Amino acid sequence: MKRRPMKRIILSLTILLTIWACSSDATGDPQVDPKPTPVSFERSEMLENWADNIILPSYRDFNTRLNAMNTVFVDFKANPSEDQLQKLRDAWLDAYIGWQAVAMFEIGPAESVGYRLGMNTYPTDVTTLEQHLASGSYDLTLPANRDVKGFPALDYLINGLATSDSQIVARYQGDQQQAHFDYIDAVLEDMQTLTSDVIQGWEGGFRDAFVANDGASATASTDRMVNDFIFYYEKHLRAGKMGIPLGVFTGSKAPQTLEAYYRASVGKELFLAAMVAVQDFFNGKHYGKSAYGKSLSSYLQDLNSLKDGAALDEIINEQLDLAMTEVTSLGDFRSEIENNDPPRAMLLAYDEVQRVVPLFKVDMVSAMSISVDFVDADGD
Amino acid sequence: MNASIRTKLELRREAAPLAVFRILFGLMMLFSIIRFWYHGWIESLYLEPGFHFSYYGFEWVKPLGVYTYLLFLVCALSALAIAVGYKYRWAVIIFFLSFTYIELMDKTTYLNHYYFISVLSLLMIFLPLHTYFSIDAWKNPAKAYQRVPSWPVLTLRLLLGIVYFYAGLAKLNSDWMLEAMPLKIWLPSKFDIPMIGGLLGQEWVQYAFSWTGALFDLAVPFLLLNKRTRVPAFIVLVVFHVLTRVLFPIGMFPYIMIVSALIFFPASVHHRILEFISRLTGILKKRFDNGRTLVNKYGPAHKLRTTFLLLFFGFQLLFPWRYLLYPGELFWTEEGYRFSWRVMLMEKSGYAQFKVVDEESGKWVYVDNSEFLTPFQEKQMSFQPDFILEFAHFLEEHYEEMGWNNVGVYVDSRVALNGRLSKPFIDPGADLTQYEDSFKPKTWILPFHDTIKGL
Repeated sequence: MKRRPMKRIILSLTILLTIWACSSDATGDPQVDPKPTPVSFERSEMLENWADNIILPSYRDFNTRLNAMNTVFVDFKANPSEDQLQKLRDAWLDAYIGWQAVAMFEIGPAESVGYRLGMNTYPTDVTTLEQHLASGSYDLTLPANRDVKGFPALDYLINGLATSDSQIVARYQGDQQQAHFDYIDAVLEDMQTLTSDVIQGWEGGFRDAFVANDGASATASTDRMVNDFIFYYEKHLRAGKMGIPLGVFTGSKAPQTLEAYYRASVGKELFLAAMVAVQDFFNGKHYGKSAYGKSLSSYLQDLNSLKDGAALDEIINEQLDLAMTEVTSLGDFRSEIENNDPPRAMLLAYDEVQRVVPLFKVDMVSAMSISVDFVDADGD
Repeated sequence: MNASIRTKLELRREAAPLAVFRILFGLMMLFSIIRFWYHGWIESLYLEPGFHFSYYGFEWVKPLGVYTYLLFLVCALSALAIAVGYKYRWAVIIFFLSFTYIELMDKTTYLNHYYFISVLSLLMIFLPLHTYFSIDAWKNPAKAYQRVPSWPVLTLRLLLGIVYFYAGLAKLNSDWMLEAMPLKIWLPSKFDIPMIGGLLGQEWVQYAFSWTGALFDLAVPFLLLNKRTRVPAFIVLVVFHVLTRVLFPIGMFPYIMIVSALIFFPASVHHRILEFISRLTGILKKRFDNGRTLVNKYGPAHKLRTTFLLLFFGFQLLFPWRYLLYPGELFWTEEGYRFSWRVMLMEKSGYAQFKVVDEESGKWVYVDNSEFLTPFQEKQMSFQPDFILEFAHFLEEHYEEMGWNNVGVYVDSRVALNGRLSKPFIDPGADLTQYEDSFKPKTWILPFHDTIKGL
């Protein structure tokens, strides 16, 4: 007799739990909700936008620029003049700017081929590079040769071989001509192979796997992408392009570690191109178009509307804008560092670039509850 | 002592619940350690980092290099010995010491449930959990008792009750109850959980989880004590813990709590569990049903034990309240936060950029934290003041060894707490090398500029 009420409690509890667990939005809750748009936390739309409108188009565009540079180099080989050198430099810069739009996507195929290190490890190792030129025997696919290939090696080969253009061109005309042509050919071929590997990887299955992995865990696409994105901003953009040359981590400035060191006038341009790419990715802007899709920023907007918090997406965009304004007002990076002691203006600009890091790393990650790919351990 | 309380404590009871508790606890611990080892966490948490964060007063507890594996082995074997009841008293002492040592090696890994295990195993040293269904009792019938006094079961229930009730009290704050924080942040990100995933983004669900969670923690010890509510309370407890397991990466904790809560059930349930184990293993349960009763002896041992128990529970009841002695917001400064059953109350993360200055030459650098810390350590360090201070002292030493003079360490830090935007955390003008860690309030933490009402 006494047992019966308890059984009833258990039964009703089970029924309640089942109903609660199985009910969905579709059951037409008559509850009055003041918020007009339902907030969607599905991440697949954002992943699709990233893959189809940003990542793949930027890879393809970069590949076009890379091939164009190759074509210009063929012309240069036929006629190694100062005029053609200038054209080669323009093509190199154009490709380098295109590179800034893809450098942050070190995920999937790019990660497995070590794309970023293979394409853009700087400063380039001039001694080894000259040895390779002299000996004519080298294998650029070896990890040890990462710092004698890619854009930085080309930078040296077309901008840094000598102090004047006529002297540089002279090296492509003398008895070393073939060795130089061969080396640049090898570098370009390596860059094209890496790039087509990455693009094929994306087209041949990774795109679908990336979009399908739309969960929330340290291994889900969103979480990994966000981690990689922040890592790129912090280590490669902030530290690599500015902090290390400024010497903020060592106490002594190191202008020779600047990106595009041998063509000092473009370092700032490359930096700004990378910043724009970061901001466009954050805002989900379709590559090369003016349309926008689902993105980190729209995700943050959704979260804001839910918790009536401050508009974090706006704060981040304002800080990115401010950082870019500060950097734009600088002279070229190399003279800023070499001619000022300490390079105060550039240090101040660096501070603004730096201020984005906690906004990404603390505020955004925390708001989105991104699993940071730290050690997998228990929490409580 | 009041006579009626004394009678209650010494009331004869079946020892079966204690045996079940001992067996399951030992097995759980054994499994936890194997799991920890299997995941490679010994390596990644204790051997790989070059620097470890120590608890105040326990700076001498450090990982033992490759012998750390031995330490885990000892801990695992003692857990097994507890489960089978072999040389129980020694086993539980060794388990308590080795487990606690492991936890003290690096506070980066602090978890309330690790603390719970340490505290529980300390208590278990003083409880006769091996008089029934154990190797000890099998081998030495003179020390085998089928019945024991009430107090061992009651102390276990009391400790569990404190854990739940205090965890419930800690939830009675405006962030948890009025803002549904941090669940409002955590739950939507679990949209990919089967069945309920879609619901987790809804505000009412987040509030429901917050309020039910608080209510559950506060009420469950009492509901488990009451005969009429025990079974439904246990079912809710299982659902609650399984749900937390599905939603959050909290490892073994839910299972340990579910198993521990069996201590609230009457002996008949435990006899059935033991009969089941008996059938499974072929161990004759009858051999332990000797009808003998363990009676309290009033010697020095009894006195020692009573003193310990009074101190132990006095500490458990009072220590979580120490935060009241500190100025400032507890969630912000974390002064008095740990060891108080504050579980899953904060989504807190931070960023700390250290600047090391040679005050003589004016030379300075920014520190790349990842040069010295693992990502996990860096994450934990960046929002906990005592970590930041300890790391600052480490940097001071490091740069002095590099030949810097009169080293000053400053930190530019920001912390975001429960959905608020990040705010400056540590006074950027404070030279952290000038401060030592202590129990005194940390004056170099910047004010929170917000209020979280409640306990």
